[in-house]
Amino acid sequence: MEAKQYEQVESVVIMSGGDGVDPLYVPDAPHRPGDEADFTEWPWSPGDLGRPEIDCDASETLDLAEGLVRVLGDDNKTSGDWDPKLSPEVLIQGLEHMMRLRIFDDRMMKMQRTGKLSFYMRSFGEEAVAIAQTMALEERDWLFPTYRQPGAQFVRNRDMVSMICHCIGNEMDNVKGRQMPVHYTYKEGRFISVSSPVGTQFSQAVGVALASNYKGLDEVTITWIGDGASAEGDYHYALNFASIFQAPVILNVVNNQWAISTHKNFASKNGNFAVRGIPYGIPSIRVDGNDFLALYSVTSWARDRASKGFGPTHIEVLTYRAGAHSSSDDPSRYRPSDIHYYWPGGDPISRLSEHLKQIGKWSDKQHQELSEKIDSEVMAAYKEAVKFGDLANGPYPSSDAIFTEVYEEPPWHLIEQWDEMKKWRDSQ
Amino acid sequence: MTNMNMVEAVNSAIDTMLSKDEDVIMFGEDVGYFGGVFRTSDGLQEKHGKHRVFDSPLSEGGIAATAFGMGINGLRPVVEIQFADYIFPAYDQIVNEMAKVRHRSGGEFWCPVTIRTPAGGGIRGGHHHSQSPESQFTHTPGLKVVYCSTPYNAKGLLISAIEDNDPVIFFEPKRCYRGPFYGDPHNVPTWSDHPEAEVPESHYKIPLGEARLAIEGDSCTVISWGAMVHVCERAIKDSGVSCDLIDLQTLVPWDMEAVVKSVAKTGRCVIVHEAPKTSGFGAEMAASIQERCFWNLESPIERVTGWDTPFPHTTEWDYMPGPDRVIAAIVRTQED
Repeated sequence: MEAKQYEQVESVVIMSGGDGVDPLYVPDAPHRPGDEADFTEWPWSPGDLGRPEIDCDASETLDLAEGLVRVLGDDNKTSGDWDPKLSPEVLIQGLEHMMRLRIFDDRMMKMQRTGKLSFYMRSFGEEAVAIAQTMALEERDWLFPTYRQPGAQFVRNRDMVSMICHCIGNEMDNVKGRQMPVHYTYKEGRFISVSSPVGTQFSQAVGVALASNYKGLDEVTITWIGDGASAEGDYHYALNFASIFQAPVILNVVNNQWAISTHKNFASKNGNFAVRGIPYGIPSIRVDGNDFLALYSVTSWARDRASKGFGPTHIEVLTYRAGAHSSSDDPSRYRPSDIHYYWPGGDPISRLSEHLKQIGKWSDKQHQELSEKIDSEVMAAYKEAVKFGDLANGPYPSSDAIFTEVYEEPPWHLIEQWDEMKKWRDSQ
Repeated sequence: MTNMNMVEAVNSAIDTMLSKDEDVIMFGEDVGYFGGVFRTSDGLQEKHGKHRVFDSPLSEGGIAATAFGMGINGLRPVVEIQFADYIFPAYDQIVNEMAKVRHRSGGEFWCPVTIRTPAGGGIRGGHHHSQSPESQFTHTPGLKVVYCSTPYNAKGLLISAIEDNDPVIFFEPKRCYRGPFYGDPHNVPTWSDHPEAEVPESHYKIPLGEARLAIEGDSCTVISWGAMVHVCERAIKDSGVSCDLIDLQTLVPWDMEAVVKSVAKTGRCVIVHEAPKTSGFGAEMAASIQERCFWNLESPIERVTGWDTPFPHTTEWDYMPGPDRVIAAIVRTQED
């Protein structure tokens, strides 16, 4: 080793990093395995926060960004300016989509454990996010999701068999065996192809929105990013470009508290993501992400703004990742296993179903029947999908798909390699 | 000596350096409390303290930039990019900053940063958990590029990388973390009983720039790095052709002397890597070998590589070079 670049200068005072021992300050998660979870009860109730005019200025939304928009109270009743006053039919539809997503996820996770697919990611505890928000949009609006918003596809009527075929990587996979499970693409539903690198879609969505604007179309783009990924540059590019060009885009930070094992304390010092939009000049709101009605309402407000030419809205969706990051993750190594039961926002499915019961439009019996109906629907879809093969047993999409769609037309060197691959494949 | 898999060997290297040099610190996504998604820093935060082994925000550009700053101010950061596929937000910091600061500052500042990153395919990772982007760094003057292949060389090379005063990109073949990979996904051996998994607990170094002669032979020189070294080992055994197998270990600077010596002896050469062919490091090697060994060559230099396409998910075994393709290339070099 060469000499150090700098020898310590004697006059330098070592500052403590806060714990009085280590000079370098490093935050930590509030709860680790063995700890008892003790989330502070939320001080916000439905009705605390007003619903501003859609042409409001970013500065007028400070209370909305620092507070929490709720509609469903602890008594399962709705109240306040943000109550979207949805019909029971719409609420039941939302409940059904969320239940379908949870049952679908559970089935796929079981299949992952038996090797029928390589990997899986559930939306457990976050089912309301993509479903309520997509329901609040028009069908022509663009969805630019992460891997935690597959539920939007149910709202846009995607065939479940096709979703499973992608996940198990069989011959009918519309991604042709190229991407990992849950990396859906569904152009018919304006659901844009999911990419693994986190955050990239956030700034790309601004471009999608600006293209709609340029073409003079009344289309809004919605996108999501995690609390963890908001540390990527893409998040900041998005806010700046969206603000400067007044893009018709809805920018959601889904704060589910965890990025694999990394707590949100490593993404934000003060724990609030919503307020970051305000200095960018973007009206910003924090919303209870497990409250279907609040999510629906805030999103339709943002859509209205975007559609009428008032530009972007920045939303922090406050929720909790109840399950593991993915099938490769074991959260009991870094947080108490039962922690999600203590989340003040509760469970999005129970909350909506309790509300429906409260207004006399739902019963335990109906819930049970719907659950069983979806379960057999999922099983039937699964049985249909595996007819076309699965990851454990094949058949797989042809490996010719390795070479197609790399470019619009394969250039000579790819054709040469493709021929070599075929020759090699035929000799096996 | 202890039998270690590659995860344990990497862990042991970092542990050794954290114990030896207080200027060494380690950070990256999920590396602190959790110990890394591949467990390579398991237990290190507990042992060395939260201020020396810690989680970072999810920001590869931020990780590289912070490491740069710490590096020019006297620390020796070891950072992890969780998958090599995710290194590109850090590319500007690595290529324009780390790689050039010694030169641009007239030697006043330098950047002794080690960037570790799991690379390569074979784990059903699809496009974004399988790439092997070494040539995107070998093309940048100022960076050293290392690609380990066994527990023993992982530890020895990583210690050399950390002690090196230049920025080092250190690729770890994730397919080999738990065992060598011979190209057959249905036969998955572990590192137990493997001679290259006998690793000293203490500090030792494998010098950067030196290749490893993994197999010695007469009729062909097979050159590889990372997971493909084991695929080549199997191919050589099955080919019945007597070959030198050179595990390059360091790509920049690479061991020209060892390669020239071998090709001068065998007159035939196959270069194997899993990254795409076009502008892959094999192209650089083939060009250099013909410059120096043209009159020794008895047949054209062969390259066996990944295709010039994105890395697939379900059909990855039709993408990754396997022993059959390597054998065919070895056999072709033997034709007159």
